[in-house]
Order: sequence, then structure tokens, then C-alpha cells
Amino acid sequence: MKLVTAIIKPFKLDDAREALSEIGVQGITVTEVKGFGRQKGHTELYRGAEYVVDFLPKVKIEVAIADDLLDQTLEAITKAANTGKIGDGKIFVTDLLQVIRIRTGETGEDAV
Amino acid sequence: MEEQIFQLQYAMDTFYFLVCGALVMWMAAGFAMLEAGLVRSKNTTEILTKNVALFSVACIMYLVCGYAVMYGGPVLLSGIEGGDSLVADALASKVEEGFDGGSVYSGASDFFFQVVFVATAMSIVSGAVAERMKLWAFLAFAVVMTGFIYPLEGSWTWGGNAVFGLYTLGDMGFSDFAGSGIVHLAGATAALAGVILLGPRFGKYSADGSIKGIPGANLPLATLGTFILWLGWFGFNGGSVLKLSDVASANSVAMVFLNTNAAAAGGLVAALLVARFMFGKADLTMALNGALAGLVAITAEPSTPTALQATLFGALGGVLVVLSIVGLDKLKIDDPVGAISVHGSCGILGLLLVPITNDASTFVGQIVGGLTIFVWVFVASFIVWMALKAIIGLRVSEEEEAEGVDVSECGLEAYPEFTK
Repeated sequence: MKLVTAIIKPFKLDDAREALSEIGVQGITVTEVKGFGRQKGHTELYRGAEYVVDFLPKVKIEVAIADDLLDQTLEAITKAANTGKIGDGKIFVTDLLQVIRIRTGETGEDAV
Repeated sequence: MEEQIFQLQYAMDTFYFLVCGALVMWMAAGFAMLEAGLVRSKNTTEILTKNVALFSVACIMYLVCGYAVMYGGPVLLSGIEGGDSLVADALASKVEEGFDGGSVYSGASDFFFQVVFVATAMSIVSGAVAERMKLWAFLAFAVVMTGFIYPLEGSWTWGGNAVFGLYTLGDMGFSDFAGSGIVHLAGATAALAGVILLGPRFGKYSADGSIKGIPGANLPLATLGTFILWLGWFGFNGGSVLKLSDVASANSVAMVFLNTNAAAAGGLVAALLVARFMFGKADLTMALNGALAGLVAITAEPSTPTALQATLFGALGGVLVVLSIVGLDKLKIDDPVGAISVHGSCGILGLLLVPITNDASTFVGQIVGGLTIFVWVFVASFIVWMALKAIIGLRVSEEEEAEGVDVSECGLEAYPEFTK
């Protein structure tokens, strides 16, 4: 099983969620985050004084999936979140050691 | 002795005008908070900037030329302070009117009372175009609206002049006590013209016909704003009695306060019930719009209805506003705060309710008056919005809209904490 973590632009969240639903991904966790990659931030003026806005608002999506769904998941997120402009984000894939459904106690692929 | 009583009347009526004007000024805070609460956090700074700036632009433009267009008299208010003959002139007017006649008050207080109404009309537009209009395009429009468009229709109504020399609304039985049509419908009409040219927010209406709800970021502010508007409205309607200093006038003022309050209450409860019935939940934002709808509906005639009638008129406004908000969405007219429904739909309702309790007005007069205001403001506004669209553009870019107009127009976030 894999944990797919994607950092995307906030207004792309709905598109990403729909795309994941379509390929059968049933659960998702969303966090509001701030960050930058090569997009960097920009300088603003507050009452005449400069201050740097380094961190840009993004949304972090986390989905736990069975191995056989990995390629489709990556494709779905990439297509949905892509705008072609800088700051589109990144996807990270990590191995999941164990997954448990709290309500029923199911483990492994049954819990994903 | 009589002279001293006249002086006291003058002072009291002037004071009353000033206090009511200050209450209406406070409505600007109400609009600012209401709108700030109903937009998303990334667009909050910009709408606040719009609100403080439009109020100031309105005050300046009305001072420069608006007041002159509306009521005649000198441009830039020259001479309004009164000069050496102020007291003698005032007393002479008072003698003419007598104790029970029309009120005589300071010219400066008249301007002060009138200018805050202009700002109110202009403020209605800011909510409807929220989250996607360029700030400076809006302020440019405000210059023309407050300096010319509103004052001209004001001159045909409260100013008593003939409409382009053709007909006089007062003679036709048109009556609009505190401005359901003159202020609220006018503001909503300017907003409608703008929104049509501006287009809806990105993602609001999808191709398959579904409508996306875009929740406001701060409902406590929206509620506070509504209560502030409610309070300010006592000045809006109360001051429009124009006189306090005799028993009949004082009583009229009291009835106006009473009815204004009753209409707001009726509007809120009605809207809350309609929302519960239509959507299954007690939608606070509809309730807030309902209170304002009730207030707009009673504004054309708050002195002649009974308390029960005022409550029911307000309730009609509350029902109408919910239906109007849903209806405008179906027509793909995106109005983030419901301004066009509250002030436009209920402004028309307010005008039409007048003849029910006021024999001096006629339905024909109300309809002609309403249409005159609507057509003039719509056409004039549409032309100005179109010119602005062609010259500097009305709408921010798609990226700017996604990022939030706070950053693109103001360079400031309203809620900047987290990593700072």
C-alpha cells in the first residue's frame, strides 16, 4: 500500500477530489498548508515598510491506496491539479506499513 | 419670547438632523462589516478598502458638485456656513413657516444629512461586485455615481425638478419618504448594470446548470454589520421626518422609529422561516438579508402604517428577498451579498406599499417614479461601466481572482497570521 501526498494549488482541490473519486479512491485527508518550491514568495508593503511573503497558501491532499491503484492515482492528481504555471505543486509517494479501519478493525488492503 | 422659541426649534431640528446624519454615517460601518463577513478571507481587505474609500469619495463628490446638481445652489458648497445674515434669515424663514410649519434648520446640517444618503446608495454596489472587480474601476464609477447619476435622479424626486423638463414626479403622486426607490433601488440598479458587465465569480455557475455556494468567511462580522445597519436605519428613516420640534413631528418621529424596527423584525423572522421551509435549515445569512429587506421595504413610508402593518410589510420584504436571491442565481446574476435583492427587489416593493397607507400617493405615481429611477440609473451606469471596461477593464485576471484580490489590489492579507 502507498501513501500519496500531493501539495497543490487551493483552487484545484475540487478538481483533484473529483478526479480521485472517478478512479475509485474512497478516502482523502485535506490540510491547508503554506509553502514554496521554486515559485518563491513576493515582497509586499505594509504601511510603507517592506515585508516578505515567503509562503504561499497551498492544500495538501493525502490518500492511502492499494499498490495497483498507484499509477492511476498519480495520473489523476497530476492532470487535475496542473495549470501549466509555476506553483502547481508536487506529489510524494511513500510506502505504507500498515492501515487499520478503526470502526471494524480491518487491516491491510481491506482497510484502504 | 417667540423669537427665542423659534431659535430653540432651529437648534433642536438642526441637532436632530446632525444626530440622524451621524447614525446614517454609522451604516457605512454596517455595510463594511456585513460585506467583509460574507466574502472569502482572501478578498476581505479589498472589500473593506472599497467601503472606506467609496464613503469618502461620496462625501467629496457630493460636496464638489452632487449637492448642487440635486438641490441647486452653489458648487463646492460655497456659502453654506451662512454668513452674517444667518440668524436674521433663519428667523425670517421660521416666522414664515410658523411653529407648526415646515422645519427650518442649518444649511450645513442639511448637507450633512444628505451626503450620508449618497454614500449609502453607493455602498450598495460594493457588495454585488465583490471578489472580482478591480478596485480602481469601482472607485472611478463611484465618482460619477455620487457626483452625477444619483444627484440627478435625486433632483427629480426630493429636489422636485421635472424629469428632463418633461414631467414632475411629485405632481403624479410619487412619494418616497426616506428613499426605498431614490436610494436603495438606485444603488441596486447601478449594481445590476455593473454585475451584468462584470460576470459571475469563477466557478460559481457551471456548464451543467448547477450553482456553487461560496460561504462567507466571518459570520460574526456579517451579523454585527446587520445590527449596525439596523441601528443606523433609525437615523435614515427617523431623520427623513425632517422635523422634531413640535408634538406632531415628535410623534411622527417616534412612529417612524417604531415602524422601522417592526419592519426589520418582521423581515428577519419571515426570511428565517422561508429559508427553513425552502432549504431545511435556519440560514443565518438569509435571516440577516431578511432584516435588511424589511428595513428597505418600510423606508418608502415608515410614518403612516400601523405597527402591525409595518411588521407585515417587513415580512413581505423578508419573503421576497429569499425568493429574489434564489431567482437571481437561476438567472446567473452573481451577487455575493444579496445586495440587488435586498435593495432592488425590496426597494420596488417599498415603493408599491406606500399607497396602501398613504392617500397622497398613487400606484401610478409610484410605478412611474420607480421606472424613472430604474431606467435613468441603469442606462447611465451601464454606459459608465462600459467605458471603464473598455479603458481600464472591470475584472481582475483569473490568477488574481484565484489568489484573492487582497493580494492583487491591496497587497495586504486580512488574516495574515500563520508563519508570520
